[in-house]
Amino acid sequence: MQAEHRDHVHGSDGHRHPVDFDPTAAGPDPFPPEGVGGRPLRIGIGGPVGSGKTALTAALCRTLGEELELAVVTNDIYTTEDADFLRQAGVLERERIEAVQTGACPHTAIRDDITANLDAVERLCERYSTLDLVLVESGGDNLTAVFSRGLADVQVFVVDVAGGDKVPRKGGPGVTTADLLVINKVDLAERVGADMEVMLADAHRMRGELPVLAQSLTDDPAASAAADWVRQQLAAHRSAVGPAAG
Amino acid sequence: MALRTTTASLAVLTLADARFPGGGHAHSGGLEEAVHRGAVSDPRQLREFLHGRLHGAGAQAAVFAAAAAHAAARRVHPHHWSRLDAEFDARTPSPAQRAASRAQGRGTFRAGRAAWPSEVLDELLTITGSPHHPVVVGVLLGAGASGTPVEAAFVTAYLSVSGPASAAVRLLGLDPFAANAAVAALEHEAEGVAEAAARSAGESPEDLPGTSAPALDLLAQEHQRHHREEVRLFAS
Repeated sequence: MQAEHRDHVHGSDGHRHPVDFDPTAAGPDPFPPEGVGGRPLRIGIGGPVGSGKTALTAALCRTLGEELELAVVTNDIYTTEDADFLRQAGVLERERIEAVQTGACPHTAIRDDITANLDAVERLCERYSTLDLVLVESGGDNLTAVFSRGLADVQVFVVDVAGGDKVPRKGGPGVTTADLLVINKVDLAERVGADMEVMLADAHRMRGELPVLAQSLTDDPAASAAADWVRQQLAAHRSAVGPAAG
Repeated sequence: MALRTTTASLAVLTLADARFPGGGHAHSGGLEEAVHRGAVSDPRQLREFLHGRLHGAGAQAAVFAAAAAHAAARRVHPHHWSRLDAEFDARTPSPAQRAASRAQGRGTFRAGRAAWPSEVLDELLTITGSPHHPVVVGVLLGAGASGTPVEAAFVTAYLSVSGPASAAVRLLGLDPFAANAAVAALEHEAEGVAEAAARSAGESPEDLPGTSAPALDLLAQEHQRHHREEVRLFAS
């Protein structure tokens, strides 16, 4: 909830923005990312169980696999199911997919102790020295699970229409701080009685200027808009660190 | 008790903390396999398992952590790290346990280098990119941080039981107070293991004591085999 008329001023340039009383609305991450000299861009893909993280990952691999050197790290609560799904979907060679075990704590493995994931990323980088992009897909978790900036340069949080149209309103760091919020399975909105207008309005209210993307992989299996966003991130990453081959 | 007369440094506490980001949270030390086989299902069985872990893998790790801390403080020739590495391999017959030790060693190295950098640590890395976990703990405390061989041994002895106890809570939904109490009950035994390890810290790597725990070796191997076939939550 924002108090529209009670702006406050701070900083040397005296800029103004609305006072926000919502304790879950953390806004954009205020910390600059770690140095990324010459290494591939790492994008985290997180979100609750069943929201479509693996489907989005597979779609991005299918769409971007031709134009980019990419690899994937999966974090499953249980088996190597997601990795197996990607392998069977035939969107990437088997050797480009690494699965890590998370010790029953998927959020720990992407946030508090990123060791296993960094090891997996490093194995992929050793195997393919010219990688442009590594997608790190988290295990399905709760609304507070976000990626450490030591692991992911930018992150996508995936929620879905079938999970209830109240999810964006609930907030939490995933919804409020992710660099991109994807609202998935919009083709099901009518079936599950979800109000897309409310969902999108809530998402924008919670996230301020951060982007929100509504998509259906049934209607657009290529995930075109998400792929465009990835291309933009990659361009920004390259202009910040120079070409990956350097 | 020797330990009671010293105040543990912050480095000792940090390295033993479950929040230390060295990758340990994904390892159960054979507990997951034991649970799968029905060998551990309640707090009493957990206490027995932890007792075995402490005197098996824990005692072995403590010996090498103490030796590495001793060697790091003396600034040994880098060749010494090759010998310690090979001797730990020789005392760890299970390939799965060797891999788990190296994986945690690599993670502890990565996290430790940011906190307690030292030339000795860099020398260790020239031997192998994935050093054994107890050797890394010993080097971190002996060279970069402020710790003694007995403290390095105590940290690794504690970690050998704290990880499986946490895994038991996550796998069995065990009462966390009971699991914590099971670890705390090992205080005197763990001190004994650390003190014994410290007594051999100055011996040459070839002469360091070796412990044997065939059941843990077999659990580690079975865990790895099941990994390829069915559901496993932990890396070891």
